[in-house]
Amino acid sequence: MRRPGRGIMVAGHRGGVIPPLRIAVASGKGGTGKTTVATSLALSLAEEMSGSLAAPRPIFLDCDVEGPNAHLFLAPELKRRQDVAIQIPRVDAAKCTACGKCAEVCQYHAIVVLGKKTLVFSQLCHGCGSCTLVCPEGAISEEPHAIGLLEAGPAAREIQFARGVLDVGEPMATPAIRQLKRWANPAAGLNEGLVILDAPPGTSCPVVEAVRGADYLLLVTEPTPFGLHDLRLAVEVAAELRIPAGVVINRDGVGDAAVDAFCAAAGLPILLRIPFERAVAEGIAQGRTLLDIHPEYGPRFRGMYGEIVTQVRGEA
Amino acid sequence: MKLLITANTPKLEAPVNPRFGRADYFVVVDTETLKWQAHPNPGVHAAGGAGAQAAQFAAQQGVAAVISGDFGPNAYLALAAAEITMYLLGGSKTVAEAVANFGAGKLEQVHAPTGAGHHGSGS
Repeated sequence: MRRPGRGIMVAGHRGGVIPPLRIAVASGKGGTGKTTVATSLALSLAEEMSGSLAAPRPIFLDCDVEGPNAHLFLAPELKRRQDVAIQIPRVDAAKCTACGKCAEVCQYHAIVVLGKKTLVFSQLCHGCGSCTLVCPEGAISEEPHAIGLLEAGPAAREIQFARGVLDVGEPMATPAIRQLKRWANPAAGLNEGLVILDAPPGTSCPVVEAVRGADYLLLVTEPTPFGLHDLRLAVEVAAELRIPAGVVINRDGVGDAAVDAFCAAAGLPILLRIPFERAVAEGIAQGRTLLDIHPEYGPRFRGMYGEIVTQVRGEA
Repeated sequence: MKLLITANTPKLEAPVNPRFGRADYFVVVDTETLKWQAHPNPGVHAAGGAGAQAAQFAAQQGVAAVISGDFGPNAYLALAAAEITMYLLGGSKTVAEAVANFGAGKLEQVHAPTGAGHHGSGS
């Protein structure tokens, strides 16, 4: 994978030229250390750039809108806020003929026709607008339904931080993630630069939405049967979306060697291993960052970033 | 009047299924003629909205009442909007027993959702 003469990106960006990659950090299994890895990567790269005023600051997007927690380690000052809303249908009973076309087109059964009544279930609605389009009577209009909040501001080491927070009880994470990514991009006032996306756990729609469009997928796992099971699923997501991927093994030393064997067979590079260690667990539980606990991880994360750049450039 | 009962198999002697939106079959029985017809639940594998979809199916069948074990908030709202009354299975083991218990006035009518709903609990 590593091409001679090309593995110089870490040294190269000392000069202020940072390849503006979008790196998504995901895991399949929850609690494997996604946020630890994503925040450490952002902090280590920001540390490297702290001497260079011209360098754009990394952008960190906490896409785990159902339980965002990266702020605990990046300490952002959240200055900008915006509501997240989806457009949900409102049916004018005077115009509705209960023809049922809206219910037929809705994949999510968020609008149903019961006798002469047409009913909307806003919590099932994805806000796609199909019902409004197909209504032959023009009986459907749309109104915004707030589902959460977007927040942004400068964080530790001048990282440009943004996150989405879904309202409690709202089940629809995907539109919040989509709007966060649209809101917190350079066009919306942020400086262009490396983007690190901290994805939600799992491999369902919210993860696909967070990861979509990334140049690289960093998969954090643990060397246990549970970690391996969900890593397999996450690797399938990467393949489906055609995103090159690499693996970080957290809590290295517990469990077995099956994750190593799987990665070797699948041709997945293992970019970093974080040993299982009580001091790390205690420090993180106190809200300290991995780099604070073990500063030697700074160069390790920057080295990993260099390998990612090489791999992306190699496959481009 | 027509009743809809949630069942595991498409028969009058079928064991009842306690779930409304996710039951395998809906057995529709006419209480006067005792004629019946079984329908596979179109929403049994729906990603979401199974309760609302099942209620729409019940309305399309023109049933006056539904007998099942659990009505979530979406199913309850939709059935109530369609003016379909809801009853709990109680001790009924089969579809035929549920119909008999309904006829004998032994079933408890439902006036509020019986559970917190299932939407968002999967995937």
